[in-house]
Amino acid sequence: MSSAALHTQSDTNYLNDGFGIRSWLLTTDHKRIAILYLITNTLFFFMGSVMAALIRIELLTPEGDLVQPDMYNRLFTMHGVIMVFLFLIPTIPAVFGNFLIPIMIGAKDLAFPRLNLGSWYVFNVGAALIFYSIFKGGLDTGWTFYVPFSSTYSATNVMTAAVGIFIAGFASIMTGLNFLVTIHRMRAPGMTWFRMPLFVWAHYATSIIILLGTPVVAVTILMVGAERVLHLGIFDPAYGGDPILFQHLFWFYSHPAVYIMVLPAMGIQSELVAGMCRNRVFGYRAVCYASVAIAVLGFLVWGHHMYTTGQSPYAGTIFSFLTMLVAVPSAVKTFNWTATLYRGSISWETPMIYAAAFIGLFIIGGTTGVMLGTLGIDVHVHDTYFVVAHFHYVMVGVTMMGFMGGLHYWWPKITGRMYDAFWSKISALLIFVGFNLTFFPQFLLGYMGMPRRYHAYPEQWQTLNVLSTAGASVLGIGFVLPAIYFLWSLKKGKKAEANPWGAVGLEWEISSPPISHNFEETPVVINEAYDYQAGHVGVIPSTEKEADLV
Amino acid sequence: MKLPFFPEQASAMAQQVDAISLFAVSISFVAGVGIVAVLTWLGLRYRRSHRDEVGSAGHSSNLLEIIWSVIPGIIFIGLFFWGAKIYFENYRIPPDAVRYYVVGKQWMWKYQHPSGNREINDFHVPVDTPIELVVTSEDVIHSFFVPALRVKRDAVPGRYSTTWFEANRTGTFDIFCAEYCGAEHSLMIGKLHVMEQHDYEEWLEGNEPAQSLAMSGAALFEQNSCGTCHRSDSSARAPILDGIYGREIALLGGGVIVADDAYIRESIMNPQAKVVAGYQPIMPTFQGQLREEEILELISYIQSLGKKAESRTEAAAAVSDEGE
Ligand code: HEC
Ligand SMILES: [Cu+2]
Ligand SMILES: [Cu+2]
Repeated sequence: MSSAALHTQSDTNYLNDGFGIRSWLLTTDHKRIAILYLITNTLFFFMGSVMAALIRIELLTPEGDLVQPDMYNRLFTMHGVIMVFLFLIPTIPAVFGNFLIPIMIGAKDLAFPRLNLGSWYVFNVGAALIFYSIFKGGLDTGWTFYVPFSSTYSATNVMTAAVGIFIAGFASIMTGLNFLVTIHRMRAPGMTWFRMPLFVWAHYATSIIILLGTPVVAVTILMVGAERVLHLGIFDPAYGGDPILFQHLFWFYSHPAVYIMVLPAMGIQSELVAGMCRNRVFGYRAVCYASVAIAVLGFLVWGHHMYTTGQSPYAGTIFSFLTMLVAVPSAVKTFNWTATLYRGSISWETPMIYAAAFIGLFIIGGTTGVMLGTLGIDVHVHDTYFVVAHFHYVMVGVTMMGFMGGLHYWWPKITGRMYDAFWSKISALLIFVGFNLTFFPQFLLGYMGMPRRYHAYPEQWQTLNVLSTAGASVLGIGFVLPAIYFLWSLKKGKKAEANPWGAVGLEWEISSPPISHNFEETPVVINEAYDYQAGHVGVIPSTEKEADLV
Repeated sequence: MKLPFFPEQASAMAQQVDAISLFAVSISFVAGVGIVAVLTWLGLRYRRSHRDEVGSAGHSSNLLEIIWSVIPGIIFIGLFFWGAKIYFENYRIPPDAVRYYVVGKQWMWKYQHPSGNREINDFHVPVDTPIELVVTSEDVIHSFFVPALRVKRDAVPGRYSTTWFEANRTGTFDIFCAEYCGAEHSLMIGKLHVMEQHDYEEWLEGNEPAQSLAMSGAALFEQNSCGTCHRSDSSARAPILDGIYGREIALLGGGVIVADDAYIRESIMNPQAKVVAGYQPIMPTFQGQLREEEILELISYIQSLGKKAESRTEAAAAVSDEGE
């Protein structure tokens, strides 16, 4: 296979270009900022997981015996707030988007490098406030902040948490804006829209959602805070407000937020499938359009969270119909990824295992999503464990498979080291099995009627809950392994080549790890993404003419 | 028929919901197994055979894209129609349904029977009778959920939401609160006791309340001096309430509204919101002075005034008939 390397071998790279703590904390290199995000967000994920573990242990027995109800309510709230706002929403864009978008389009950095660094600080200020509210008395509103519970009845730190989420939202907006401008303005010569990797397309669609949706939720949650202090009468019926209005505003963002979490993971998925099958993604354009269709339609379905509130049945009908429509592009993507294997050259390395696991979890998460979108079914399973299981499959399962798959795929590029192939495969399998064992029983519990956010539950549901907790333990072990072999790889791992997978894409045509400016010279793009026949997409400008002659 | 992992069925609605769920699960199962089978086969068939092998030329097929958009699309839309049909049935309350009130409160369910009987958490109802539920809340949002009936309706403060069910077998079934509502959310549970008609009547008699809902309402009407304004003489400063229930009311500034529960509740809690044409907005708000159940009693009372008025006009008509 021919590979036109855009780099010459050199000893300097972005990792050894400055060592002091300042060289990291004040960096404007998108790759270093990605690593800053990786470190903080992994920490947040760990904290959210500890809370999940406590919840699962509490639910081993029907009685509420491990913690008091007040504590239990704080646990699931903090688990949700941390995981949603501090891990699932920001992580893939902030880590992989940051690291890869400039490289994939042949740019030396994002459009606004300092804004990028600023976003990390803003994000951490938001996170600090959220953690402050957690450790100073906690938060017990659920991550959904439903009024009037959150605005009037909860005696916990709603205001601080609300401001924290508001601020963290701004970090998202800064990142989204940066991506949009970068993708529009900084593509290398020859990098046309339809030559872009699907990962970039997915982040483009995500950025649009972030810019349109995040301000709405930020302001809504802030209004809850204001309502608590000033009794404005927006949401609380006691002051003439409407609690359902809150739900409309909240889900107007929070449904699209699901796509903020999932689209970037889908972008990773496309890269993994293409890279590990050494094949162009089947129906490349269909997948591009599907991303954009999801972003647009995703804004029109929020009411499917409100079928039982007593909203007009006609409104419910429209929301249900649109929900069915938004399911189509998701299905299309699944078929296209599967078809990409056809006549590929498939390597079952760890990233491919994650890609397959992604499809498996996405089928279950997606089809149960269609069930929930169906009016007649949703009334029964709404607010039960069925919903809990569903959104863990899509938001966590899919996003986590994308994240882990991406980490295993680009780890050699990011760190310049290889990790242990055997243990990483074991870990991937444990995570997949553990995940299903944890969450599949919850579908059954939900259909049987177990409401979500229950601290104690009737005895007949114990067996399934025990299974779920057992699954969570397997999942936990699955996640401890990477912590070990990745750290090991940093110290002892074999040095990675520029293109360890033999994949096609600009990121594989520069050295591992990349130099600080990614490219010695801005490349000229002469091939479409995933052009395995040509074996590369870019050339060094001086050789462009030669390439044209060929 | 009791399927594993399906809760018991105690209504025709439950059977319908299970049927559509089972259909959706089966289709998903077939589709899922199909995709996984294809994935596995392709994954083995096209395994990399030597280090430098690459996939064949990139491909795409508009025909395939259309096929695999349209087929799932059709299935989804089919599910949508079926689901919507069931949903509308939930909303379409049979005319002969008997109305019961359900009030959620941190952390208990309170029920009012038409006879005036009250209960907390335990809820007795007759079998084979369509029962309308008017659900509301006194504080935060709760959700009234009976898995065996596949019925769920949020209890939203300041709103009356209605749904209905008809239990088709006797027995005792779980009632849960499905919407998170604070510390004892998971203890806000009760039992639905579905009884034979005559058992239910016996039960009602055995627990006979001192007065019916409407009678309690009359007492409240007295206590809150509603009657000082709402008098039935011509000098009254407020509209006569006899017979307004269910009638169209002309509002100040144009427009008409049907005087249903929600309207009457609003007239009491937030009188300035909709002012009756021809009157001054002088009615004080009773926000914070009446509990949700008391409002419901007042509504029952006003409703009963309607019936009295009707029978009075009928009597009057009969008298004038005689006079002719
Ligand atoms: C100070 C006099 C006053 C008192 C006391 C009062 N009301 Fe009223 N009420 C009015 C007036 C005037 C209207 C018509 C204007 C309006 O709609 O606000 C009215 C309207 C209503 C209406 C709507 C009637 C319609 O025809 O649409 C209802 C129902 C009602 N009141 C119930 C009550 C009840 C129940 C109480 C006691 C808890 C009460 N009112 C106490 C003055 C009063
Ligand atoms: Cu949604
Ligand atoms: Cu509750």
